[in-house]
Amino acid sequence: MKFLVCISQVPDTTTKITFTPDKKAFNAQGVQFIINPYDEIALTRALELKEALGGTVTVINVGQTNTEPNLRKALAIGADDAIRVNAEPTDAYFVAFQIAEVAKKNSYDIILTGKESIDYNGGQVPTMLGEFLGLPSVSVATKLDVNGSVATLEREIDGGKEILEAKLPFVAGAQKGMAEPRIPNMRGIMTARTKPLAVVEPAACEMLSSSAQFDLPAAKGECKMIDPNNVGELVNLLHTEAKVI
Amino acid sequence: MAADLFQSPDYFNVDDLLTDEHKLVRDTTRAFVKKEVSPIIEDFAQRAEFPKQLIKGLGEIGAFGPFVPQEYGGSGLDYISYGLMMQELERGDSGIRSTASVQGSLVMFPIFTFGSEAQKKKYLPKLASGEWMGCFGLTEPDHGSNPNGMITNFKDKGDHVILNGAKMWISNAPFADIAVVWAKNEQGEVHGLIVERGMKGFTTPETHNKWSLRASATGELVFDNVKVPKENILPGVKGLKGPLNCLNSARFGIAWGVVGAAMDCYDSALRYSKQRIQFGKPIAAFQLTQKKLAEMITEITKAQLLCWRLGVLRNEHRATPQQISMAKRNNVNMAIQIAREARQIHGAMGITGEYPIMRHSMNLESVITYEGTHDIHLLITGYDVTGISAFE
Repeated sequence: MKFLVCISQVPDTTTKITFTPDKKAFNAQGVQFIINPYDEIALTRALELKEALGGTVTVINVGQTNTEPNLRKALAIGADDAIRVNAEPTDAYFVAFQIAEVAKKNSYDIILTGKESIDYNGGQVPTMLGEFLGLPSVSVATKLDVNGSVATLEREIDGGKEILEAKLPFVAGAQKGMAEPRIPNMRGIMTARTKPLAVVEPAACEMLSSSAQFDLPAAKGECKMIDPNNVGELVNLLHTEAKVI
Repeated sequence: MAADLFQSPDYFNVDDLLTDEHKLVRDTTRAFVKKEVSPIIEDFAQRAEFPKQLIKGLGEIGAFGPFVPQEYGGSGLDYISYGLMMQELERGDSGIRSTASVQGSLVMFPIFTFGSEAQKKKYLPKLASGEWMGCFGLTEPDHGSNPNGMITNFKDKGDHVILNGAKMWISNAPFADIAVVWAKNEQGEVHGLIVERGMKGFTTPETHNKWSLRASATGELVFDNVKVPKENILPGVKGLKGPLNCLNSARFGIAWGVVGAAMDCYDSALRYSKQRIQFGKPIAAFQLTQKKLAEMITEITKAQLLCWRLGVLRNEHRATPQQISMAKRNNVNMAIQIAREARQIHGAMGITGEYPIMRHSMNLESVITYEGTHDIHLLITGYDVTGISAFE
């Protein structure tokens, strides 16, 4: 069984977010990048299924050379080989298009992504991939099992869960719960040195959108402490000042 | 203990001196510590119990003997990687780092360096995975800084030897499956022997009531006419250079490890000082607090650079025992001072188990004494620069 897992890199969750002076781009100066946590869940589930069913796990990233340490980390965790599409990932359409171009040349049985990346939170790549490849696409899946040529997936829905079946091949976006991410080990790190990491040039792709401006959320206002016995004042402030009731 | 919010200080961009692989090794160990060590360590230290459940995970990530080649169960990593792992483990707790140090540098290192092929194949893979744990017997009740005076000895009885004597202050002793023991033969030459638990006459009583390394098990090794097969003697070395070589490897790990403890104290103190309000402003705004924090980060930066340079030298097989002594002595002293200053910044909270400071502070009192005391390392440097021994 051939798995393709899409890996994007995102700023470490403790990063203080700033933008360039013209507000057109994220300021990456001094920022440490990690594998998108949802992608790591997808990778872990792919490795678990590979261990149970046999096969290979390929990881793919659309990015510049600075994403290679995170691809090596994916190899250290257990992926068999990596592909980097040598391009700046400008928007979801571009990324999904480039991954689809690679996927068309290799017949993968299961293509997994995170449900979204935790930086721009677009959540569009899994569904766009399904569209480009003409495959079933399940977004925000919390569980994935494979039985023969059919996969069973679970999704959380309002007040319950939805259980879906999809014929292989298909695309799915992983949500928390699908797997518990693994910490690589030293032997894996050493082995990752010699695993193949192919660099391919991007295919021509139309640019459909670009970021015009970024703004930080307004700074939090001062916190007012109200005496618990003074409910009247609290109600008054919520009504006249915060205007929430 | 409160949530582990550790963020590693890197004032001089020392990260730029590391390879991507080094950083992955460090971040992997850090992730392991945050997930497995930080949530439980304070409780185990308070109860003076070694968290045995960590052994499996330490073996799985490859924390035991990472420099041993893969064919013997290790990972074949370089010494900077080893140092970074020790730094991260000690950031969690010196006791956990001690367990890994002993297993890697004092048990696996001598078997790999001085052992026969059969010994390497028998012991190293199981030690690397953590299936077997080991300990190292050099120090005796009456011979600490002067190991050459040891009285533990063995007598030749044909196909085996009879071992008698006792070792003291032995990390991992209470649960170790094997012990690498240094003892004198009838000619007075020091040799290394692998003693296995279960050999008649071999016991390992635990040392209780420690105020330091409380989450690490310490004990004695007692040998009462223990029959040890001759194939358990390490063939590759005789004399004190055997154990001293092991100590070089372990001291190298300590020089890095204590930087982890110091970074944890500094990081906690920095965060606390920005949150703790007195006289209407954070205590970080006061000059005396800033002096402490500024001196801490200065000393940590110097220690980080010393470690990195020592790691490069050791990778090139050029690090001298004297250089390792200097780094061990300087860095442990640096860490102990920082722990004390950090304790003051935390005020009364610093003595509680809510913060890691007091635990690190107490742990470092052992670290400044074991593997060559603070004073002995000074005399090693003194001997090296003058050519005159002051301790013989």
